[in-house]
Amino acid sequence: MLRLRWRKLVNSIMLGLTGVCTLITVSALFLILGYLIYNGGKSLDWNFFTKLPVPAGETGGGMANAIVGTIQIVGIAALIGLPIGFMAGIYLSEFEDRMLAPLVRYTADLLNGVPSIIVGILAWTLVVVPMRHFSAIAGSIALSIMLIPIVTRQTEQFLREVPMSLREAALALGATKWKMIATVVVPAGSKGILTGMILGVARIAGETAPLLFTALNNQYWGGLNQPTSTMPYMVYFRAISPFDDWHRQAWAAGLVLIAIVLIANILARLVLARGISLPRT
Amino acid sequence: MATATAVQAQKRKTTIHASDRVARVVVLIFAATVLMIAVILVFELWNGSAGSRHKMGWSFLTSSNWNPVTEQFGALPFIYGTIVTSILALLISVPLSLGAAIFLSELAPAGISNPLTFLVELLAAIPSVIYGLLAIFTLVPLVRSYIGPFLKATLGFLPFFQGPSYGVGYLTAGMILAIMIFPFIISVSRESLLAVPREQREAALALGATKWESTWQVVVPYAKLGITGSVFLALARALGETMAVTMVIGNDPAIHTSLLAPGAAIAAVIANEFSEATGPVYPAALVELGLVLFCLTIVMNGMARLMIIATTRKGSKRA
Repeated sequence: MLRLRWRKLVNSIMLGLTGVCTLITVSALFLILGYLIYNGGKSLDWNFFTKLPVPAGETGGGMANAIVGTIQIVGIAALIGLPIGFMAGIYLSEFEDRMLAPLVRYTADLLNGVPSIIVGILAWTLVVVPMRHFSAIAGSIALSIMLIPIVTRQTEQFLREVPMSLREAALALGATKWKMIATVVVPAGSKGILTGMILGVARIAGETAPLLFTALNNQYWGGLNQPTSTMPYMVYFRAISPFDDWHRQAWAAGLVLIAIVLIANILARLVLARGISLPRT
Repeated sequence: MATATAVQAQKRKTTIHASDRVARVVVLIFAATVLMIAVILVFELWNGSAGSRHKMGWSFLTSSNWNPVTEQFGALPFIYGTIVTSILALLISVPLSLGAAIFLSELAPAGISNPLTFLVELLAAIPSVIYGLLAIFTLVPLVRSYIGPFLKATLGFLPFFQGPSYGVGYLTAGMILAIMIFPFIISVSRESLLAVPREQREAALALGATKWESTWQVVVPYAKLGITGSVFLALARALGETMAVTMVIGNDPAIHTSLLAPGAAIAAVIANEFSEATGPVYPAALVELGLVLFCLTIVMNGMARLMIIATTRKGSKRA
């Protein structure tokens, strides 16, 4: 009897502990968000969005150039990465070859697991070294290399969820294969594919490591062919500086960055992808 | 037999329209881009590190002398830092994450479990530089003033908790990494646990096991492979994590036994020094560090994937 009571005690203690573990892990998110909103909210002002950075030691200034830089670099990366990933995803789902498709699939997974700093090295050797200077386009290429495997795998998975009967119906009506894909399969999977794309772009928008030696940084407005400042880089650069006013700006930039990333995530997952189970990237 | 296949082939040929062949070639080209990126990546890492590989040879991996001025490049302090911080992260994260995964799969009803899992997975969406920002301003002071002195007072007899507590160092980096890998361990472990057939639980309960005994002695062992896979997946993430580690590890290219001491990690040193590296060997040495990191993460990822595929195939999903 004593033994049974002991076992029941262990049961409730251990089950209680798993609840505590859940509480700790979930509260990490709220602590992070709360602290960021508290510090970032204090630091965020209109100048942040409209002014250029001021030299170290002076207070004030903003990050208008970094905001534009991020939009530019991520935008170009999306223009390069989304179509390639999308088409490669169609290949994996619709044109499966016995030899090549598993290889492409495995390679995409492998690329997904490559640390982002290594993608930075790749873009550096491919773009920065031949051009002999840092540039926004090098940053875009680095980010697009990260984006391609994500979009490839997500597109494939969502297309696979389209029922086979839809494909058969289209073919039975005499559609050619590409017509079937373009008018039946892709539209049927479009919601999921769009979700995957938004999540992919949100993911690369927050990446810093691939930009450290590709786009680098710029005190002023960048350009395609020039070093360009980005928000993630500014969070890093400002946070490790010794100046209080720069720390304030790091918090503000962090808040804006996380707002963009989380809003994209929540919108994509809750609104667009209702009822769709998302593959992990 | 031969004629039958010939007829079939003939049929297939006529049904495939020319436009389909064009479409196939087009998507194939895009798919080949994925392969090409991987080939170029490996080639560039190998080629770019040639200068350092020729100069340092195997001593690159065994020497702990990193001195760009004299062009001596030993990567051991960085490899050590990467492995120590990652193992620390696992030590902190695995018990917590496994507990949470058990709660989310075995105890919580779907109405609670799914939203909580969603929240945990959002942790994976937070950019790593944000983790670094928070770590600099919260974890570093916390470790410096409270956790460090506390560990020294209680476990100070161990070599791991000696010397001054700077705030930045292996321990702080390990702690922030632990938080960052929560979502990877929790969501994959949860899925593996959910894939355990219901009969396994019922059989254990029918034999008189308590809920915990059925979970710990039957369900968890059944999902062992998937859980191990999730840990390797998390390990691969932790090894390659750059920004958060760079911001809090202290960037001291030396090997310290004390976890409170500042150290360095592979990704961190690349992030810090790459844009300023000059000369023939220095950039190559950093690229070679990238190659080492690449190999480490590929091995971990490969193992993780094999294990996860094996378990999710084994069981059927619980409804």
